[in-house]
Amino acid sequence: MLFSPVPMHIPDGFLSVGVAVVLWLIAIGVVGYALKRVNADVGERQVPLMGVLAACIFAGQMLNFPVTGGTSGHLMGAAIATILIGPWAAILVMTCVVGVQALIFQDGGLLALGANIVNMGIIGVAVAYFTQRTLRKLLGKWSGGLFVNGFISGWLSIFMAALACALQLALSGSSPANIAIPAMAGIHALIGVGEGLITAGTLVFIKAARRDLLETEQRQYVGGKAVWIGGLVIAIALAILSPLASTHPDGLEWVAEQRGFLDRAQGPLFEIIPDYVLPGVSNETLATILAGIIGALIVFGAAVGVAYWRRNRAQSSGA
Amino acid sequence: MYTHSLDPYRPRASVVHGLDPRVKLGLTLAFIVTTALTPPGAWPIFIVLCALSLATTLLSELGVGYVLTRALLALPFALVALPTLFTTTGMPLLTLPASLPLTLTVEGVARFAGIAFKSWLSVQMAVILVGSTPFPDLLLAMRALKIPRLLAAIVGLMWRYLFVLADEALRLLRARESRSAAAHDGRGRRVGGSLIWRARVTGGMVGNLFLRAFDRADRIYAAMLARGYDGEVRALPRPPLRAGQWMVLGMGLALLTFLALAGFLLWG
Repeated sequence: MLFSPVPMHIPDGFLSVGVAVVLWLIAIGVVGYALKRVNADVGERQVPLMGVLAACIFAGQMLNFPVTGGTSGHLMGAAIATILIGPWAAILVMTCVVGVQALIFQDGGLLALGANIVNMGIIGVAVAYFTQRTLRKLLGKWSGGLFVNGFISGWLSIFMAALACALQLALSGSSPANIAIPAMAGIHALIGVGEGLITAGTLVFIKAARRDLLETEQRQYVGGKAVWIGGLVIAIALAILSPLASTHPDGLEWVAEQRGFLDRAQGPLFEIIPDYVLPGVSNETLATILAGIIGALIVFGAAVGVAYWRRNRAQSSGA
Repeated sequence: MYTHSLDPYRPRASVVHGLDPRVKLGLTLAFIVTTALTPPGAWPIFIVLCALSLATTLLSELGVGYVLTRALLALPFALVALPTLFTTTGMPLLTLPASLPLTLTVEGVARFAGIAFKSWLSVQMAVILVGSTPFPDLLLAMRALKIPRLLAAIVGLMWRYLFVLADEALRLLRARESRSAAAHDGRGRRVGGSLIWRARVTGGMVGNLFLRAFDRADRIYAAMLARGYDGEVRALPRPPLRAGQWMVLGMGLALLTFLALAGFLLWG
C-alpha cells in the first residue's frame, strides 16, 4: 500500500544505458524549461503550494477502492495536478513525486528515473492538458462535461504513459515489442478506468466544495499552447508507433541494433574463461559447477572478511 | 525523536552511516551505472558487484535480511522481461509440448537472468543509501549534484509534509472503512454500492485531500512570510569534503570504473 500501485515505474536494469541516457536528456530539457516558465509565471506563493501538492499526490496514491476480488483502482494524479495548477507546474510536481518515489522508496530506478519522469511527468501531463483543453472547448457548458473531461483525461494520461513505457522497454531489448506493447496497453486500459473514475469524482467534489479552484483553470496558461501541441504530437506519435512496433517487432529490433542499444554479445575482444567454463577442466558441466562454486566463495569471502574487520574494530574501540 | 513508518532511514552507528551523504550518493549512482553497463554474460563482474553490495550491507549494519527483502520489491516488474526467455534466438534448451510452440533458449535465460539480477543489485544499493542517510542529508547531496534550487525547494517541502498528508490519507481510509461497506462481505455477498459509486466516493476522498492540501499550503505560506520568506529559499553552506571522504570517493569510483571497463573489454 505504501508503494505506488501503478506498475509503470521502470526499475534499474530494464533499460539499456543508451535509452536511459537519451530519456534523461529529454527529461532534463523539458523540466528545465518548465522551471523557467514557472519561475517567470507564478509568484513565490506557488513554492509551498507545489511542495504540499506533491506530498498530496503521493498520499493520494494510497487511496484506493475495491473493484472485484483482490484488485483495486488507484491513482497516478497527473490529470488532477494539471487541471488544478496548470501544465508547467504540474510537470514539476509530478517530477518531484516520481523522483522521491525512486530515491526513497525504490519505486522505479535511479538510472531509469529519466524515463519515468518522461512517462509519468511529461507525457502524462501533456496528454492530460491536451485532452482537458480540447474537451472543454467541445463540451462547453454542459453540466456533465467536467465528469467526462476528468474521466477521459485521466484514462488517456495513464494509457499513453504505458505505451511509452512499453516502447522504451522494447527498444532496450528487455521485452519483445509484440508482447510488451499489447500487454502494457491491455493492463493499463483497465487501470486507466480506475484513474479516470477517481479523477472525475475528484473534480466533481472540488467543483461542489471549492468552485473557485477550478475557475482559475479557465484562464489560459502562459505557454499552454506549446503543451497543447506537445500533447497532441505525443498522442499521435504513440498511437501510430505502438501498433507499428508491435506488428513489426523486427523493425524495432533492427533500429535498436543499428543504434547499438541492444547489448547483444558481439564476441568479446579476448576471453579469460572461455565460454564461462574454467580452463584446464575438460568436463564442461563440472567446470561450470566449479566456476559457480568459486564465484560463491568470492562473495562469501568478502562477506566474512568485512564481518571480521568490523568485529575487530568493535573490540578495539570497546577495549 | 518521532519517526514515521514510511521513513526508510534506520539510525545506526556504522561506517556507512558516517560517510558524507555526497560520497554515498555519488558512489550509489556510479554503482548503478556500472551494473547497467555490465554486459549480460559477464558473470564474474556480477559476482564482484554482488560481493561489493553484500559487503556494504554488512558494513551498514542495516541487516542482510532487511536489505535483501526490500530489494525484492522491484522484482514483480521482471514479469515484463519474461517473454525474452522464449523470443531470444539461440541454442535451444527446452521445447515446451507441441500445444505451446515455445522454445527456451540458453541466450534467453542468460538475458532474463541478467536483467533480473541487475535490477536486484541496483535496488540493494539504493536501499542501503536511504537506510543509512537521513533525508535532509540526501537533499544536501542532491544540491551538491546541482539540481535546480526550485526543484530542491519543492522536494524539501514535499518531504516535510509527506507524512502529515499520508496520515490524513490513512484517516480518510479509516473513516470510509467505518462508514461505507466493502465491495463484498466475507461470504461473497455484494454489500457495497456499484463500482461507479465506490469510485466516486474515492474521488471525493482524493478531492478532500487536495482541498486540505490547498488550505495547508496557504497556512504554510503565511507562516513562511511571517518568518521573512521573500521567494528565495536559503540553505546553510555545505561543509567541504574532508580528505578521508575524498579518498573513499576516489577509490570507490576507480574500482567501479575498472569493473565497468573490464566487463566491456572482456565480454562486451
